[in-house]
Amino acid sequence: MATLAPTSRSAPAVQDPPRRRGTLARRQALWCYVFIAPAILGLLLFSLGPMIASLWLSFTSYDLLSSPEWIGADNYTNLAQDPLFRKSLSVTLIYGLVAVPCTMLIALVLAIMLNAKIPALPFFRSAYYLPSVISGVAVATLWKWMFNGEYGLINAGLARIGIAGPAWLTDEQWALRALIFMSLWGFGATMLIYLAGLQGVPKELYEAAQVDGASRLRQHLHVTVPMLSPVTFFNLIMGIIASLQVFAEPFVLTKGGPNNSTLLLSVYLYQNAFQYLKMGYASAIAWVTFAIIGVFTLLVFRSMPMWVHSEAGEEK
Amino acid sequence: MSTTARPYRKSTSRPRMTAGSWLVTIALAVGCLVVLMPVVWMVLTSLKAPDQVFVMPPIWIFEPQWGNYPEVLQLVPFQRYILNTATIVGFVTLGTLLSCSFCAYGFARLRAPGRNAIFLVLMATLMLPTTVTLVPTYIVFNHLGWLNTFKPLILPAFFGSAFFIFLFRQFFLGIPKELEEAARIDGAGYLRIWWTIFLPLSWPVIATVSVFTFVAAYNDFFGPVIYLSDESKYTIAVALSYFSGSPRIGPQTHLLMAATTIAALPSIAVFLLAQRYFIKGIAVSGVSK
Repeated sequence: MATLAPTSRSAPAVQDPPRRRGTLARRQALWCYVFIAPAILGLLLFSLGPMIASLWLSFTSYDLLSSPEWIGADNYTNLAQDPLFRKSLSVTLIYGLVAVPCTMLIALVLAIMLNAKIPALPFFRSAYYLPSVISGVAVATLWKWMFNGEYGLINAGLARIGIAGPAWLTDEQWALRALIFMSLWGFGATMLIYLAGLQGVPKELYEAAQVDGASRLRQHLHVTVPMLSPVTFFNLIMGIIASLQVFAEPFVLTKGGPNNSTLLLSVYLYQNAFQYLKMGYASAIAWVTFAIIGVFTLLVFRSMPMWVHSEAGEEK
Repeated sequence: MSTTARPYRKSTSRPRMTAGSWLVTIALAVGCLVVLMPVVWMVLTSLKAPDQVFVMPPIWIFEPQWGNYPEVLQLVPFQRYILNTATIVGFVTLGTLLSCSFCAYGFARLRAPGRNAIFLVLMATLMLPTTVTLVPTYIVFNHLGWLNTFKPLILPAFFGSAFFIFLFRQFFLGIPKELEEAARIDGAGYLRIWWTIFLPLSWPVIATVSVFTFVAAYNDFFGPVIYLSDESKYTIAVALSYFSGSPRIGPQTHLLMAATTIAALPSIAVFLLAQRYFIKGIAVSGVSK
C-alpha cells in the first residue's frame, strides 16, 4: 500500500518576522482544512458514520417500518446456526481462494508478455484490457449465453473435441465453477497494475542476470517476481476485498442458485436487506464479511516480510 | 550489482525480433482470440436471424441482420435508460474530478495539524467493504425520501474518493514548487493556484480518473438496483439485468445480445479513446509503490 511520500515543506521566507510567520502558517492551515473539508465530510458521512451505525444495527432487529429493537448478539448467534449463511461462507471462500490467485497468475504472465518488445503492443494491451471495462451485468448476460447448456459456445467447443459439456449454470455442481471461470475474464485491472509495476523494475537487473547466463524464465522467477512482490501484495489485498463484494455477476447469472450453490455473501446480504428487510441481520453479515477481510489482510501483512521484497535504500 | 544507471539505448528503428519475441507475439495473438471470443460471439449472435441462433454447431457465416438493433431499441424505452445513465455518470464524473483534485491539493501542498493522520484514515477506507456502509446509508437516504431519485448515486461523488484523491495527490507532489511560488508572489490565492495552475497541468490524472469514474459509474449495478425501483428511473445496467427474464426480450437471444452489445459499447468507446493516457497516468501516480 501507499507509503507516505515526504510532504513538501513550505518554509516561509527566512527574513519574515516571527509574528508574520505564525499567522501565515495559521492561514495556510485554515486553507488546508478548507481544501480537505469534502474528504473529511465524506469520511464522516459515508464511511465512519455508517460504519458505526451498521455496527450498532447489527445488534438490533430492524425492518425499516418499526424502529430498531436492541436484541444483543442474537443476530450473530443466529448467523452461527444459519445453514444458508454457512453455505454462503463456504461458497465465498472457495470463490475467493480459487479466483483471486488464478486471476493474479494470469494477470502477471500477461503483464510480463505485454512488457516485451514486440510489434502491435498498444493493440495487444488494449485488447487484453477490453473485457474489464464491460459492465458486470453485460458480462453476466453475455456469459449466461456462453454457458448455455444446449447452444452455448463453450459446450459447442467442448463438443468439437468430443466432450459433452455440463448444463453449467443450472447444474449445482458446475454453477460455482462457471462463475469462477467467468471471473477470470476480469483479469484486466490486476494486469494493468502489474504492468505499471513492471515499468519500475530496473533494466540493469535483467542485464546483470543475463550476464550471469540466466534464462528468460529464470530471469523472471528471480528478478521480476521478487521485484514485483509489493505489487502482488497490493493486488492480493484488493483481490480479496473485491472477491467478497462481487455482486452483479452472481446476481444476474444465477441469483445464488441452483440450490444456493453460488450464494456469495454479497448476494445473501442483498436478499436479507432488500428482500426480507432484515436490516439488522444484513448488517451482521456485513460485519462478519468485514472481519474476514480483516483476518485475511492481517495474515497477508504478517506474511509480508517472508515474501515481499524491499531494499533498505528504497524505503521512503 | 552495479548501480550506475547507464542511459538505456532507445532505438528508433523497429525492435529486433528474436525467436523469443516471435513466440511471445504468436502466443499473445492466439490468447487475444480466446480472450475476445465472448465479445465476438456476443456481436455475432446479435446480428443473427432468430432461426440461426439456436443451432448446433453454431453458424459463423450469415447475412447480418442490422435490423435487430433498431428493433431492440424500440422494444424497450432505451432512450430513457440512456438519458438516466448519462445524467448519473455525468454528475458523478464531474463531482469526483472536482472534489478529488480539490482535496488532493490540500493534502499535497498545504500544511495543517492532523492532515497526515486524516490522509491515512482516508486511505484505510480503501479496505472498507461497501457492504458495511450500505445498510445505514440506505436507511438514511430512505428517511430523506431520496429513494427512486438519482441523489443517493450522485451526491457521494462530491465528497471525494480515497483512491482518486491518492492519484491526484501523487501527481500534485511532483509539480515543481517554483510554479506556485511565482503565482503566490503575484498575489494568487490557493484557490486560484489549484484552479489555474494545478488542474491544467494534471491532464494525465484527469484522463485516468475520468475513465475510471466513467466506467465504474456506468457499470455500477448494486447502487442503482437498490435505490431505483421505478422502471422510468432505470439505468442501462439495471434494465439489462431484467431483460433476460422479460418475456419481450429474454427468449429472443439475438435481441438480448444486441441489447448487451449496446450496453457494453459506451465504456469500451471511452476506454479506447482514453487508453493512450491510461497506463501512463497509473505509472506516473506510482500505484505500485
